[in-house]
Amino acid sequence: MNDILFPLAVFFAAVFTNNILLTNYLGMCSFLSVSKELETSAGLGIAVTFVMATTTAINWVVYHFLLVPFQLEYLRFIVFIIIIAAFVQLIEMVIERYSEGLYFALGIFLPLITVNCAILGASLFMVIREYSFMTSFFFGFGSGLGWLIAILAMAGIRQRLRTAKIPLGLDGPGISLIIAGFMAMAFMGFNGMITIS
Amino acid sequence: MAAGMIKKTFLAPLGKDNPVFVQILGICSTLAVTNKLENTMVMTLGVMFTTALSSWTLSVMRKWIPSRIRMMVETMIIATYVIIVDIALKAFYPEMWKQLGPYVGLIITNCIVMGRIEAFALQNKPMLSLVDGLASGMGYAYVLLVIAFFRELLGTGTLWGYQILGSWWTNWSIMIMPPGGFFMLAIFIWIVREAVFKEGSK
Repeated sequence: MNDILFPLAVFFAAVFTNNILLTNYLGMCSFLSVSKELETSAGLGIAVTFVMATTTAINWVVYHFLLVPFQLEYLRFIVFIIIIAAFVQLIEMVIERYSEGLYFALGIFLPLITVNCAILGASLFMVIREYSFMTSFFFGFGSGLGWLIAILAMAGIRQRLRTAKIPLGLDGPGISLIIAGFMAMAFMGFNGMITIS
Repeated sequence: MAAGMIKKTFLAPLGKDNPVFVQILGICSTLAVTNKLENTMVMTLGVMFTTALSSWTLSVMRKWIPSRIRMMVETMIIATYVIIVDIALKAFYPEMWKQLGPYVGLIITNCIVMGRIEAFALQNKPMLSLVDGLASGMGYAYVLLVIAFFRELLGTGTLWGYQILGSWWTNWSIMIMPPGGFFMLAIFIWIVREAVFKEGSK
């Protein structure tokens, strides 16, 4: 596939066929605990999308221009997690300074993001799959968007379920996991639409 | 230190304080490899190693870490042990390393490791923290091993790569696909919680 189309294919694959949450189980902790309300889910999802797209791009640059030349690839876990943590802290300070509304909308989610496995996962996948810079950026962006779609759908379903009668043992995480299972099945319907190696 | 204290610390995460059932912590990085028993075993051993030793290390250092930067220090300690696991796996077991892919690195963000450090190792002595970390890792491991057992058996009719069920068995391919992991964990949590509630209501 050519250089322009491949990043776009990866982007759509990351949103639909290879959804990072529903096929790789990444970012489950915050997915299960935050998806009670539609609005907070949207806030967290947008923050995740933004951070994932930018940190994947930054990590690509650092990995290929700093770690590979000095043969320090094995340090990537530490370096990636520090970059993510530092970047999240930076974003928090910037939006606190310039936009109070945005800070109150997104600010509380930012600390949660550092420990979201999906963010680190996207960076690690990018290294293993040997993506180019553009592809990595689109992959990070698409994965974040896929995560946003999944958590929004989940929050919508859970709001409807609030009045339903659920067996005592299944109430809470159990039912959420079953919903996630059905959503994963629904997303499997996209399989074959795009195939990337 | 009383032996009873160690025993209590060791048994709690295996039973009523199990990190998976009670807090649904840390399933992110490992659920993805539960479609094969062998992969799950290697992965959970990695988690046990990391949880136990990073709890111990932090507990040794706990009096000298300023509380403002403790998160950063904790992450560093965890990442160090994860790198050891990753390098060891790559050197001695390269096929498994390839199959596990990014999931070994994702042990860093596994909430159990950080959770035990924050909740236990910061206040307790090194030996006790080591026991607590190891037990939490084990409580986590057996849940995932049970899930992997059923997923592999029902999904491919094999266990640890060996054919167990005969040719009469039709593979439930949904079990080894992503939805199977969600359903198995949900059913497991359901059964355990139902049993706990029944005991509580008596």
